[in-house]
Amino acid sequence: MNHIKSILIGIWRMMQGMYISMLNFIRPKVTEQYPENRGKVFPHERMRGQLVMPHNENNEHKCTACGICQMNCPNGTIQVISKKELDEETGKEKKILDRYIYDLGSCTYCSLCVESCPQDAIEWTNEFEHATFTRPKLYNKLNKEGSTLMKKEKKN
Amino acid sequence: MFHFEVVTNWIDEFLRTYLSEGWALFIEFVLIGVAILAVYAVLALILIYVERKVCAFFQCRIGPNRVGPFGLIQSVADMIKILIKELIRIDRADPRLFRLAAFLVIIASICTFGAIPFDKGLQAVDFNIGVFYLLAVSSLGVVGILLAGWSSNNKYTMIGAMRSGAQLISYELSCGLALMTMVMLSGTMQLSEIVEQQSYAWNIFRGGIPALIAFVVYLIAGHAETNRGPFDLPEAESELTAGYHTEYSGIQFGFFYLAEYLNMFIIAAIASTLFLGGWMPLHIPGWESFNQIMDYIPPVLWFFGKTFFCVFLALWVRWTMPRLRIDQLLNLEWKILMPICLVNIVLMALWIIYV
Repeated sequence: MNHIKSILIGIWRMMQGMYISMLNFIRPKVTEQYPENRGKVFPHERMRGQLVMPHNENNEHKCTACGICQMNCPNGTIQVISKKELDEETGKEKKILDRYIYDLGSCTYCSLCVESCPQDAIEWTNEFEHATFTRPKLYNKLNKEGSTLMKKEKKN
Repeated sequence: MFHFEVVTNWIDEFLRTYLSEGWALFIEFVLIGVAILAVYAVLALILIYVERKVCAFFQCRIGPNRVGPFGLIQSVADMIKILIKELIRIDRADPRLFRLAAFLVIIASICTFGAIPFDKGLQAVDFNIGVFYLLAVSSLGVVGILLAGWSSNNKYTMIGAMRSGAQLISYELSCGLALMTMVMLSGTMQLSEIVEQQSYAWNIFRGGIPALIAFVVYLIAGHAETNRGPFDLPEAESELTAGYHTEYSGIQFGFFYLAEYLNMFIIAAIASTLFLGGWMPLHIPGWESFNQIMDYIPPVLWFFGKTFFCVFLALWVRWTMPRLRIDQLLNLEWKILMPICLVNIVLMALWIIYV
Protein backbone atom coordinates (compact mmCIF):
# COMPACT_ATOMS: atom_id res chain seq x y z
CA MET A 1 0.00 0.00 0.00
CA ASN A 2 2.86 2.35 0.90
CA HIS A 3 4.42 1.56 -2.45
CA ILE A 4 1.33 2.65 -4.37
CA LYS A 5 1.01 5.75 -2.21
CA SER A 6 4.61 6.75 -2.95
CA ILE A 7 4.02 6.27 -6.67
CA LEU A 8 0.98 8.56 -6.56
CA ILE A 9 2.88 11.16 -4.54
CA GLY A 10 5.71 10.95 -7.07
CA ILE A 11 3.31 11.55 -9.96
CA TRP A 12 1.78 14.52 -8.13
CA ARG A 13 5.24 16.01 -7.45
CA MET A 14 6.21 15.54 -11.07
CA MET A 15 3.10 17.37 -12.24
CA GLN A 16 3.87 20.21 -9.86
CA GLY A 17 7.39 20.48 -11.25
CA MET A 18 6.16 20.42 -14.81
CA TYR A 19 3.64 23.15 -14.00
CA ILE A 20 6.45 25.34 -12.67
CA SER A 21 8.66 24.78 -15.71
CA MET A 22 5.69 25.54 -18.00
CA LEU A 23 5.27 28.86 -16.20
CA ASN A 24 8.89 29.59 -17.06
CA PHE A 25 8.31 28.57 -20.66
CA ILE A 26 5.54 31.10 -21.23
CA ARG A 27 7.12 33.88 -19.17
CA PRO A 28 8.41 36.88 -21.18
CA LYS A 29 12.09 36.46 -21.89
CA VAL A 30 14.64 38.70 -20.17
CA THR A 31 17.39 38.51 -22.78
CA GLU A 32 18.55 41.93 -24.03
CA GLN A 33 19.44 42.16 -27.73
CA TYR A 34 22.46 44.22 -26.83
CA PRO A 35 24.05 45.66 -29.98
CA GLU A 36 20.65 46.25 -31.58
CA ASN A 37 19.00 48.06 -28.69
CA ARG A 38 22.09 50.06 -27.82
CA GLY A 39 20.14 53.27 -27.48
CA LYS A 40 18.03 51.77 -24.71
CA VAL A 41 19.62 52.25 -21.30
CA PHE A 42 19.15 49.04 -19.40
CA PRO A 43 21.80 48.84 -16.60
CA HIS A 44 20.47 49.24 -13.14
CA GLU A 45 20.83 52.53 -11.32
CA ARG A 46 23.06 50.97 -8.67
CA MET A 47 25.39 49.47 -11.26
CA ARG A 48 29.00 50.59 -10.88
CA GLY A 49 30.15 51.33 -14.38
CA GLN A 50 32.82 53.99 -14.27
CA LEU A 51 34.19 56.37 -11.65
CA VAL A 52 33.63 60.05 -12.41
CA MET A 53 34.20 63.31 -10.63
CA PRO A 54 31.17 65.54 -11.12
CA HIS A 55 31.84 69.16 -12.01
CA ASN A 56 29.37 71.99 -11.74
CA GLU A 57 28.76 74.63 -14.42
CA ASN A 58 31.68 76.81 -13.20
CA ASN A 59 34.07 73.90 -13.76
CA GLU A 60 34.43 73.33 -10.06
CA HIS A 61 34.76 70.00 -8.27
CA LYS A 62 34.61 69.00 -4.63
CA CYS A 63 37.94 67.13 -4.33
CA THR A 64 40.30 68.54 -1.71
CA ALA A 65 43.13 66.13 -2.63
CA CYS A 66 43.12 64.57 0.83
CA GLY A 67 44.13 61.20 -0.66
CA ILE A 68 41.83 59.00 1.45
CA CYS A 69 40.46 57.31 -1.66
CA GLN A 70 43.99 56.53 -2.82
CA MET A 71 44.83 54.98 0.56
CA ASN A 72 41.62 52.96 0.64
CA CYS A 73 41.98 51.59 -2.87
CA PRO A 74 43.11 47.94 -2.61
CA ASN A 75 44.55 47.80 -6.13
CA GLY A 76 46.35 51.10 -6.48
CA THR A 77 43.84 52.12 -9.08
CA ILE A 78 43.62 55.75 -7.94
CA GLN A 79 46.48 58.22 -7.93
CA VAL A 80 45.81 61.64 -6.41
CA ILE A 81 48.57 64.00 -7.52
CA SER A 82 48.46 67.29 -5.65
CA LYS A 83 50.34 70.56 -5.86
CA LYS A 84 50.92 73.43 -3.43
CA GLU A 85 49.45 76.80 -4.26
CA LEU A 86 49.35 80.12 -2.47
CA ASP A 87 45.89 80.91 -1.15
CA GLU A 88 44.91 84.48 -1.89
CA GLU A 89 42.64 85.02 1.12
CA THR A 90 44.83 83.75 3.90
CA GLY A 91 48.25 84.08 2.26
CA LYS A 92 49.24 80.54 3.26
CA GLU A 93 50.32 77.64 1.02
CA LYS A 94 47.46 75.19 0.41
CA LYS A 95 47.35 71.69 -1.13
CA ILE A 96 45.12 71.54 -4.17
CA LEU A 97 44.36 68.82 -6.73
CA ASP A 98 46.58 68.68 -9.77
CA ARG A 99 45.61 65.40 -11.47
CA TYR A 100 43.23 62.63 -10.37
CA ILE A 101 44.32 59.48 -12.23
CA TYR A 102 41.97 56.51 -12.34
CA ASP A 103 43.10 53.27 -14.00
CA LEU A 104 39.99 51.50 -15.27
CA GLY A 105 42.00 48.38 -16.11
CA SER A 106 42.82 47.52 -12.50
CA CYS A 107 39.60 48.70 -10.85
CA THR A 108 37.51 45.98 -9.20
CA TYR A 109 34.53 48.29 -8.63
CA CYS A 110 34.61 47.68 -4.87
CA SER A 111 33.38 51.24 -4.27
CA LEU A 112 35.62 51.78 -1.21
CA CYS A 113 36.81 55.09 -2.67
CA VAL A 114 33.30 56.46 -3.12
CA GLU A 115 32.22 55.36 0.33
CA SER A 116 35.27 56.75 2.09
CA CYS A 117 35.32 60.14 0.37
CA PRO A 118 34.53 62.78 3.00
CA GLN A 119 33.59 65.38 0.39
CA ASP A 120 31.44 63.16 -1.87
CA ALA A 121 33.66 64.29 -4.71
CA ILE A 122 33.51 61.09 -6.77
CA GLU A 123 30.61 58.86 -7.84
CA TRP A 124 29.66 56.02 -10.14
CA THR A 125 27.94 56.21 -13.52
CA ASN A 126 26.23 53.50 -15.54
CA GLU A 127 28.69 53.80 -18.42
CA PHE A 128 29.69 50.19 -19.20
CA GLU A 129 31.17 50.08 -22.70
CA HIS A 130 34.80 50.12 -21.63
CA ALA A 131 36.41 48.10 -24.41
CA THR A 132 39.43 49.76 -26.01
CA PHE A 133 42.22 48.61 -28.30
CA THR A 134 45.12 49.96 -26.25
CA ARG A 135 45.75 49.88 -22.56
CA PRO A 136 46.71 53.56 -22.09
CA LYS A 137 43.19 54.56 -23.05
CA LEU A 138 42.04 53.03 -19.78
CA TYR A 139 43.98 55.61 -17.73
CA ASN A 140 41.45 58.33 -17.14
CA LYS A 141 42.09 61.78 -15.69
CA LEU A 142 38.94 62.55 -13.77
CA ASN A 143 39.33 66.28 -13.05
CA LYS A 144 38.79 68.50 -16.05
CA GLU A 145 41.38 70.98 -17.37
CA GLY A 146 41.52 74.17 -15.31
CA SER A 147 38.96 73.05 -12.76
CA THR A 148 39.11 74.44 -9.27
CA LEU A 149 37.84 73.49 -5.83
CA MET A 150 34.24 74.34 -5.17
CA LYS A 151 33.87 77.13 -2.58
CA LYS A 152 32.13 76.00 0.55
CA GLU A 153 28.85 77.68 1.23
CA LYS A 154 29.08 79.78 4.35
CA LYS A 155 26.76 78.76 7.12
CA ASN A 156 24.17 81.32 7.91
CA MET B 1 -8.07 13.41 -48.02
CA PHE B 2 -4.89 13.51 -50.07
CA HIS B 3 -2.60 10.57 -49.47
CA PHE B 4 0.97 10.15 -50.56
CA GLU B 5 -0.11 6.74 -51.81
CA VAL B 6 -1.05 8.47 -55.06
CA VAL B 7 2.47 9.76 -55.63
CA THR B 8 4.25 6.54 -54.68
CA ASN B 9 1.88 4.41 -56.78
CA TRP B 10 2.36 6.73 -59.75
CA ILE B 11 6.16 6.42 -59.49
CA ASP B 12 5.84 2.64 -59.25
CA GLU B 13 3.62 2.38 -62.35
CA PHE B 14 5.76 4.83 -64.29
CA LEU B 15 8.91 2.79 -63.63
CA ARG B 16 7.19 -0.52 -64.41
CA THR B 17 5.92 0.67 -67.80
CA TYR B 18 9.44 1.50 -69.01
CA LEU B 19 11.62 -1.04 -67.21
CA SER B 20 11.63 -4.71 -66.35
CA GLU B 21 10.44 -5.57 -62.86
CA GLY B 22 13.91 -6.13 -61.39
CA TRP B 23 15.27 -2.78 -62.57
CA ALA B 24 12.14 -0.94 -61.46
CA LEU B 25 12.48 -2.43 -57.99
CA PHE B 26 16.17 -1.58 -57.90
CA ILE B 27 15.52 2.05 -58.79
CA GLU B 28 12.75 2.22 -56.22
CA PHE B 29 15.08 0.87 -53.53
CA VAL B 30 17.67 3.52 -54.38
CA LEU B 31 15.04 6.25 -54.38
CA ILE B 32 13.69 5.10 -51.02
CA GLY B 33 17.17 4.93 -49.54
CA VAL B 34 18.03 8.45 -50.71
CA ALA B 35 14.70 9.80 -49.52
CA ILE B 36 15.07 8.22 -46.08
CA LEU B 37 18.61 9.53 -45.64
CA ALA B 38 17.58 13.02 -46.77
CA VAL B 39 14.53 13.15 -44.50
CA TYR B 40 16.65 11.75 -41.67
CA ALA B 41 19.25 14.51 -42.00
CA VAL B 42 16.71 17.30 -42.46
CA LEU B 43 14.69 16.11 -39.46
CA ALA B 44 17.85 16.01 -37.37
CA LEU B 45 18.58 19.64 -38.25
CA ILE B 46 15.02 20.67 -37.44
CA LEU B 47 15.09 18.74 -34.17
CA ILE B 48 18.38 20.31 -33.09
CA TYR B 49 16.93 23.75 -33.78
CA VAL B 50 13.71 22.91 -31.93
CA GLU B 51 15.61 21.49 -29.00
CA ARG B 52 17.83 24.53 -28.65
CA LYS B 53 14.96 26.94 -28.99
CA VAL B 54 12.69 25.08 -26.56
CA CYS B 55 15.35 24.60 -23.90
CA ALA B 56 16.23 28.27 -24.21
CA PHE B 57 12.60 29.17 -23.62
CA PHE B 58 12.47 26.92 -20.57
CA GLN B 59 15.46 28.82 -19.18
CA CYS B 60 13.95 32.24 -19.98
CA ARG B 61 16.40 32.84 -22.82
CA ILE B 62 15.72 33.45 -26.50
CA GLY B 63 18.06 30.83 -27.90
CA PRO B 64 19.78 30.94 -31.29
CA ASN B 65 18.84 34.16 -33.06
CA ARG B 66 21.93 35.35 -34.94
CA VAL B 67 22.37 33.01 -37.91
CA GLY B 68 19.50 33.70 -40.27
CA PRO B 69 16.07 34.96 -39.26
CA PHE B 70 15.27 33.68 -35.72
CA GLY B 71 18.48 31.62 -35.92
CA LEU B 72 16.89 29.21 -38.38
CA ILE B 73 20.18 28.40 -40.14
CA GLN B 74 22.04 27.86 -36.88
CA SER B 75 21.86 24.07 -37.00
CA VAL B 76 22.98 24.07 -40.66
CA ALA B 77 26.03 26.08 -39.61
CA ASP B 78 26.66 23.59 -36.80
CA MET B 79 26.40 20.73 -39.28
CA ILE B 80 28.96 22.31 -41.61
CA LYS B 81 31.26 22.88 -38.64
CA ILE B 82 31.01 19.27 -37.48
CA LEU B 83 31.56 17.96 -41.04
CA ILE B 84 34.88 19.78 -41.48
CA LYS B 85 36.31 18.81 -38.09
CA GLU B 86 39.25 16.48 -37.75
CA LEU B 87 38.77 12.83 -36.82
CA ILE B 88 41.21 12.33 -33.96
CA ARG B 89 42.96 8.95 -33.77
CA ILE B 90 42.77 7.65 -30.22
CA ASP B 91 45.97 6.20 -28.83
CA ARG B 92 45.74 2.48 -27.97
CA ALA B 93 42.05 2.33 -28.86
CA ASP B 94 40.61 -0.49 -30.91
CA PRO B 95 40.36 1.35 -34.26
CA ARG B 96 38.03 -1.06 -36.07
CA LEU B 97 35.48 -1.35 -33.28
CA PHE B 98 35.84 2.35 -32.61
CA ARG B 99 34.80 3.17 -36.15
CA LEU B 100 32.16 0.45 -36.31
CA ALA B 101 30.36 1.64 -33.18
CA ALA B 102 29.23 4.96 -34.62
CA PHE B 103 27.85 3.21 -37.70
CA LEU B 104 26.00 0.59 -35.65
CA VAL B 105 24.24 3.27 -33.64
CA ILE B 106 23.14 5.23 -36.67
CA ILE B 107 22.18 2.15 -38.71
CA ALA B 108 19.89 0.97 -35.91
CA SER B 109 18.32 4.38 -35.85
CA ILE B 110 17.83 4.58 -39.63
CA CYS B 111 16.37 1.05 -39.79
CA THR B 112 13.79 2.02 -37.20
CA PHE B 113 13.12 5.26 -39.04
CA GLY B 114 12.20 3.35 -42.19
CA ALA B 115 9.32 1.55 -40.53
CA ILE B 116 7.49 4.67 -39.37
CA PRO B 117 4.25 5.29 -41.30
CA PHE B 118 4.32 8.97 -42.21
CA ASP B 119 1.24 8.67 -44.37
CA LYS B 120 -0.77 6.04 -46.21
CA GLY B 121 1.79 4.54 -48.59
CA LEU B 122 4.63 6.67 -47.26
CA GLN B 123 6.29 3.91 -45.31
CA ALA B 124 9.41 2.09 -46.43
CA VAL B 125 9.03 -1.12 -44.42
CA ASP B 126 5.56 -2.46 -43.66
CA PHE B 127 5.90 -5.91 -42.12
CA ASN B 128 3.02 -7.78 -40.60
CA ILE B 129 5.16 -7.86 -37.44
CA GLY B 130 5.92 -4.14 -37.55
CA VAL B 131 5.92 -3.56 -33.80
CA PHE B 132 8.32 -6.47 -33.28
CA TYR B 133 10.56 -5.08 -35.99
CA LEU B 134 10.62 -1.65 -34.33
CA LEU B 135 11.52 -3.10 -30.94
CA ALA B 136 14.15 -5.46 -32.33
CA VAL B 137 15.90 -2.94 -34.56
CA SER B 138 15.85 -0.08 -32.11
CA SER B 139 17.56 -2.31 -29.54
CA LEU B 140 20.51 -2.82 -31.87
CA GLY B 141 21.75 0.62 -30.93
CA VAL B 142 22.83 -0.58 -27.50
CA VAL B 143 25.46 -2.80 -29.13
CA GLY B 144 26.97 0.27 -30.77
CA ILE B 145 26.95 2.16 -27.50
CA LEU B 146 28.64 -0.69 -25.63
CA LEU B 147 31.24 -1.02 -28.41
CA ALA B 148 31.89 2.71 -28.34
CA GLY B 149 32.45 2.63 -24.61
CA TRP B 150 34.70 -0.42 -24.76
CA SER B 151 36.85 0.51 -27.74
CA SER B 152 37.63 4.07 -26.65
CA ASN B 153 40.10 2.87 -24.00
CA ASN B 154 38.82 5.34 -21.44
CA LYS B 155 37.31 4.73 -18.02
CA TYR B 156 34.58 7.35 -18.43
CA THR B 157 33.34 5.91 -21.71
CA MET B 158 33.39 2.45 -20.14
CA ILE B 159 31.28 3.52 -17.17
CA GLY B 160 28.93 5.41 -19.46
CA ALA B 161 28.51 2.43 -21.77
CA MET B 162 27.86 0.04 -18.88
CA ARG B 163 25.24 2.36 -17.43
CA SER B 164 23.69 2.73 -20.86
CA GLY B 165 23.58 -1.03 -21.33
CA ALA B 166 21.86 -1.57 -17.97
CA GLN B 167 19.43 1.25 -18.67
CA LEU B 168 18.50 0.33 -22.23
CA ILE B 169 18.08 -3.37 -21.58
CA SER B 170 15.86 -2.86 -18.53
CA TYR B 171 13.71 -0.10 -20.04
CA GLU B 172 13.23 -2.17 -23.19
CA LEU B 173 10.98 -4.40 -21.09
CA SER B 174 8.39 -1.87 -20.02
CA CYS B 175 8.61 -0.23 -23.43
CA GLY B 176 7.75 -3.55 -25.08
CA LEU B 177 5.03 -4.37 -22.57
CA ALA B 178 3.40 -0.98 -23.07
CA LEU B 179 3.41 -1.53 -26.82
CA MET B 180 2.05 -5.03 -26.26
CA THR B 181 -1.06 -3.68 -24.54
CA MET B 182 -1.74 -1.66 -27.68
CA VAL B 183 -1.11 -4.69 -29.85
CA MET B 184 -3.71 -6.51 -27.74
CA LEU B 185 -6.19 -3.73 -28.39
CA SER B 186 -5.52 -3.61 -32.13
CA GLY B 187 -5.18 -7.35 -32.67
CA THR B 188 -2.45 -6.80 -35.24
CA MET B 189 1.23 -5.86 -35.35
CA GLN B 190 1.17 -4.28 -38.78
CA LEU B 191 1.69 -0.56 -38.30
CA SER B 192 -0.34 0.53 -41.32
CA GLU B 193 -3.29 -1.53 -40.15
CA ILE B 194 -2.98 -0.24 -36.58
CA VAL B 195 -3.29 3.29 -37.98
CA GLU B 196 -6.23 2.34 -40.20
CA GLN B 197 -8.09 0.94 -37.19
CA GLN B 198 -7.91 4.30 -35.44
CA SER B 199 -9.92 6.11 -38.08
CA TYR B 200 -12.89 6.64 -35.74
CA ALA B 201 -11.21 6.86 -32.37
CA TRP B 202 -7.56 7.03 -31.55
CA ASN B 203 -6.25 4.16 -29.48
CA ILE B 204 -5.82 6.35 -26.45
CA PHE B 205 -9.58 7.07 -26.45
CA ARG B 206 -10.60 3.60 -27.63
CA GLY B 207 -8.51 1.83 -24.99
CA GLY B 208 -9.69 3.94 -22.06
CA ILE B 209 -7.73 3.88 -18.81
CA PRO B 210 -5.37 0.99 -19.68
CA ALA B 211 -4.34 2.78 -22.87
CA LEU B 212 -3.70 6.00 -20.98
CA ILE B 213 -1.51 4.17 -18.45
CA ALA B 214 0.33 2.42 -21.27
CA PHE B 215 0.87 5.78 -23.01
CA VAL B 216 2.41 7.37 -19.92
CA VAL B 217 4.56 4.32 -19.22
CA TYR B 218 5.67 4.21 -22.85
CA LEU B 219 6.62 7.89 -22.78
CA ILE B 220 8.72 7.40 -19.63
CA ALA B 221 10.38 4.19 -20.84
CA GLY B 222 10.95 5.55 -24.34
CA HIS B 223 12.42 8.70 -22.90
CA ALA B 224 14.83 6.57 -20.89
CA GLU B 225 15.78 4.63 -24.01
CA THR B 226 16.89 7.78 -25.79
CA ASN B 227 19.43 8.53 -23.01
CA ARG B 228 18.09 11.99 -22.52
CA GLY B 229 16.44 14.17 -19.98
CA PRO B 230 16.43 12.97 -16.39
CA PHE B 231 17.74 9.61 -17.64
CA ASP B 232 20.94 10.96 -19.25
CA LEU B 233 23.30 9.22 -16.88
CA PRO B 234 25.12 7.32 -19.65
CA GLU B 235 26.50 10.68 -20.73
CA ALA B 236 26.16 12.66 -17.50
CA GLU B 237 28.36 15.55 -18.50
CA SER B 238 29.06 16.61 -14.92
CA GLU B 239 30.49 13.21 -13.89
CA LEU B 240 31.57 11.39 -17.07
CA THR B 241 32.37 14.36 -19.39
CA ALA B 242 30.25 12.91 -22.21
CA GLY B 243 29.87 9.23 -21.36
CA TYR B 244 30.28 6.74 -24.17
CA HIS B 245 31.06 9.30 -26.89
CA THR B 246 33.73 11.19 -24.96
CA GLU B 247 36.53 10.20 -27.35
CA TYR B 248 34.65 10.73 -30.58
CA SER B 249 35.21 13.76 -32.76
CA GLY B 250 34.05 15.19 -36.05
CA ILE B 251 31.48 13.28 -38.05
CA GLN B 252 31.72 10.19 -35.83
CA PHE B 253 30.51 12.28 -32.93
CA GLY B 254 27.98 13.73 -35.33
CA PHE B 255 26.59 10.23 -35.92
CA PHE B 256 26.00 9.72 -32.21
CA TYR B 257 24.48 13.15 -31.93
CA LEU B 258 22.23 12.58 -34.93
CA ALA B 259 21.15 9.15 -33.67
CA GLU B 260 20.31 10.60 -30.27
CA TYR B 261 18.05 13.28 -31.73
CA LEU B 262 16.43 10.95 -34.22
CA ASN B 263 15.83 8.36 -31.52
CA MET B 264 13.88 11.02 -29.68
CA PHE B 265 11.87 11.60 -32.85
CA ILE B 266 11.38 7.87 -33.44
CA ILE B 267 10.12 7.28 -29.90
CA ALA B 268 7.70 10.18 -30.33
CA ALA B 269 6.64 8.87 -33.74
CA ILE B 270 5.94 5.38 -32.39
CA ALA B 271 3.98 6.91 -29.52
CA SER B 272 1.90 8.93 -31.94
CA THR B 273 1.40 5.98 -34.30
CA LEU B 274 0.28 3.52 -31.67
CA PHE B 275 -1.53 5.78 -29.23
CA LEU B 276 -2.49 9.00 -31.00
CA GLY B 277 -3.56 7.64 -34.35
CA GLY B 278 -0.50 8.25 -36.50
CA TRP B 279 -1.43 10.20 -39.62
CA MET B 280 -5.15 9.72 -38.95
CA PRO B 281 -7.05 12.99 -38.44
CA LEU B 282 -9.11 13.52 -35.31
CA HIS B 283 -12.50 11.98 -36.02
CA ILE B 284 -15.41 11.95 -33.64
CA PRO B 285 -18.16 9.42 -34.47
CA GLY B 286 -21.39 11.22 -35.33
CA TRP B 287 -19.93 14.67 -35.98
CA GLU B 288 -19.81 14.41 -39.78
CA SER B 289 -19.11 18.10 -40.59
CA PHE B 290 -16.37 18.25 -37.96
CA ASN B 291 -14.77 15.13 -39.44
CA GLN B 292 -14.90 16.69 -42.91
CA ILE B 293 -13.11 19.82 -41.73
CA MET B 294 -10.44 17.68 -40.03
CA ASP B 295 -9.97 15.77 -43.29
CA TYR B 296 -8.85 18.95 -45.06
CA ILE B 297 -5.64 19.01 -42.98
CA PRO B 298 -3.13 16.75 -44.78
CA PRO B 299 -2.29 13.51 -42.92
CA VAL B 300 1.45 14.26 -43.00
CA LEU B 301 0.79 17.42 -41.00
CA TRP B 302 -1.29 15.43 -38.52
CA PHE B 303 1.57 12.96 -38.10
CA PHE B 304 4.21 15.62 -37.59
CA GLY B 305 1.95 17.63 -35.29
CA LYS B 306 1.38 14.68 -33.00
CA THR B 307 5.02 13.65 -33.12
CA PHE B 308 6.30 17.10 -32.29
CA PHE B 309 3.79 17.27 -29.47
CA CYS B 310 5.40 14.11 -28.03
CA VAL B 311 8.87 15.56 -28.63
CA PHE B 312 7.81 18.67 -26.76
CA LEU B 313 6.61 16.51 -23.85
CA ALA B 314 10.05 14.86 -23.76
CA LEU B 315 11.80 18.24 -23.72
CA TRP B 316 9.42 19.52 -21.06
CA VAL B 317 10.27 16.60 -18.77
CA ARG B 318 13.94 17.00 -19.57
CA TRP B 319 14.04 20.58 -18.35
CA THR B 320 11.97 19.86 -15.26
CA MET B 321 13.62 16.87 -13.63
CA PRO B 322 17.11 16.51 -12.19
CA ARG B 323 19.20 13.52 -13.26
CA LEU B 324 18.47 10.24 -11.48
CA ARG B 325 21.05 8.09 -9.73
CA ILE B 326 21.69 4.64 -11.25
CA ASP B 327 19.96 2.77 -8.42
CA GLN B 328 16.95 5.11 -8.54
CA LEU B 329 16.81 4.58 -12.29
CA LEU B 330 16.73 0.80 -11.99
CA ASN B 331 14.29 0.96 -9.08
CA LEU B 332 11.95 3.04 -11.21
CA GLU B 333 12.03 0.41 -13.91
CA TRP B 334 11.94 -2.86 -11.97
CA LYS B 335 9.83 -1.85 -8.97
CA ILE B 336 7.40 0.62 -10.52
CA LEU B 337 7.08 0.58 -14.31
CA MET B 338 7.35 -3.19 -14.79
CA PRO B 339 4.62 -4.13 -12.25
CA ILE B 340 2.39 -1.34 -13.57
CA CYS B 341 2.83 -2.69 -17.09
CA LEU B 342 2.06 -6.28 -16.09
CA VAL B 343 -1.08 -5.22 -14.21
CA ASN B 344 -1.98 -2.99 -17.13
CA ILE B 345 -1.91 -5.91 -19.55
CA VAL B 346 -4.46 -7.74 -17.40
CA LEU B 347 -6.54 -4.56 -17.23
CA MET B 348 -6.40 -4.24 -20.99
CA ALA B 349 -7.56 -7.84 -21.41
CA LEU B 350 -10.52 -7.14 -19.11
CA TRP B 351 -11.24 -3.91 -21.02
CA ILE B 352 -11.27 -5.75 -24.34
CA ILE B 353 -13.57 -8.47 -23.02
CA TYR B 354 -16.09 -6.35 -21.11
CA VAL B 355 -16.17 -2.94 -22.82
